[in-house]
Amino acid sequence: MNVKYWVMVPALSLGIALPLHAENLPAFNLTIKDGRYSPEQVEIPAGQKIKLVIKNDGPGPEEFESSDLNREKLIQDGKTAEVTIGPLNPGTYKFIGEFHPKTAQGQIVAK
Amino acid sequence: MLATAIIVFREVLEAALIIGIVLAATQGLARRVSWVSMGIIAGVAGAGLVAWFADAISSALAGVGQEVFNAGIMLFAVLMLGWHNVWMKRHGREMAQQMRDVGQAVKLGSRSMYMLAVVIGLAVLREGSEVVLFLYGIAVAQQDSPGLMLSGGLFGLLSGAMAGLLMYRGLLRISSRHLFTVTTWMITLLAAGMAAQAAGFLTQADLLPPLVQSMWDTSGIVAQSSVFGRVLQTLIGYADHPSGMQVLFYATTLAGIAVLMRFYGSAPASKVQPLNAIET
Repeated sequence: MNVKYWVMVPALSLGIALPLHAENLPAFNLTIKDGRYSPEQVEIPAGQKIKLVIKNDGPGPEEFESSDLNREKLIQDGKTAEVTIGPLNPGTYKFIGEFHPKTAQGQIVAK
Repeated sequence: MLATAIIVFREVLEAALIIGIVLAATQGLARRVSWVSMGIIAGVAGAGLVAWFADAISSALAGVGQEVFNAGIMLFAVLMLGWHNVWMKRHGREMAQQMRDVGQAVKLGSRSMYMLAVVIGLAVLREGSEVVLFLYGIAVAQQDSPGLMLSGGLFGLLSGAMAGLLMYRGLLRISSRHLFTVTTWMITLLAAGMAAQAAGFLTQADLLPPLVQSMWDTSGIVAQSSVFGRVLQTLIGYADHPSGMQVLFYATTLAGIAVLMRFYGSAPASKVQPLNAIET
């Protein structure tokens, strides 16, 4: 097999998969500023895929991290990032800002 | 300062452990120190570049550029690690026989070292770019004075490097008869763990389904976010509640490398012999 197929196949499958990614999921907003999240508790419906829309108001970059949810995402100063989570079982899922682990703490409550 | 040191340490740890394992796995290969150093230097330079372009990477591919980038890097490293194992199994004996012919041994050794140097470079790049961004964040927020920040960062870096050194020294205590078998296994587990992490990133990007949200939950025993959990994550791919897709990637990589080593690992000419023939 030609080498270029090894590049083309993943590239094409990405191209097909990415539009699917843009599907309309219920969005829940989260802001991080001065090393703190607001709100610190986000209630979401259980058993349903949702997206967290996280805005970083700085200063500096932050990493949204949740080992409960298996998620980590770097967000630059002044930028907004989306993280898809779920469907989750009812329960509480903690998250932190890895660059301010002492103060940037919050939780997702799935009901 | 301590907070800075701890965060830098956690980031450096993974790369340092990988370097320790590679150094042990390449005992006796020619010019390995210069290959490893080149991998580290290229990784540090790459980390700076990635941090600089972090914003562009993040917003690429409809917002999942970061996940695809990380997954791509890890899967590439998995290929290199698997290739190294197969390659060493195939040529290890040949190399041992030709050790007297120094030029040939250097040439053969370089080929395998090249792949591992790439793995090191990628590990340093990935973890290093986070360190750069984190330190940049502290500088912007003016949380610490520059002096405190630097000493914290340096302390974290040195402690991480120390962990890598301990890993290396520990492995060298294994008798040379078994060292090669042990490092081959460790590299296989390292690759399987990276594949599982890559699956995690692709699931986060919503490009792969999780299959099962959580196969088990051992976070009460060893939390993945603890330092010990992180060491285990690097070494054997430990995850305290992996998704079905992650377990699938892990198992497939493990089996894939084992099968490839079995079928393509035999030396072309004569009967295969256990790989420990490599030590001289």
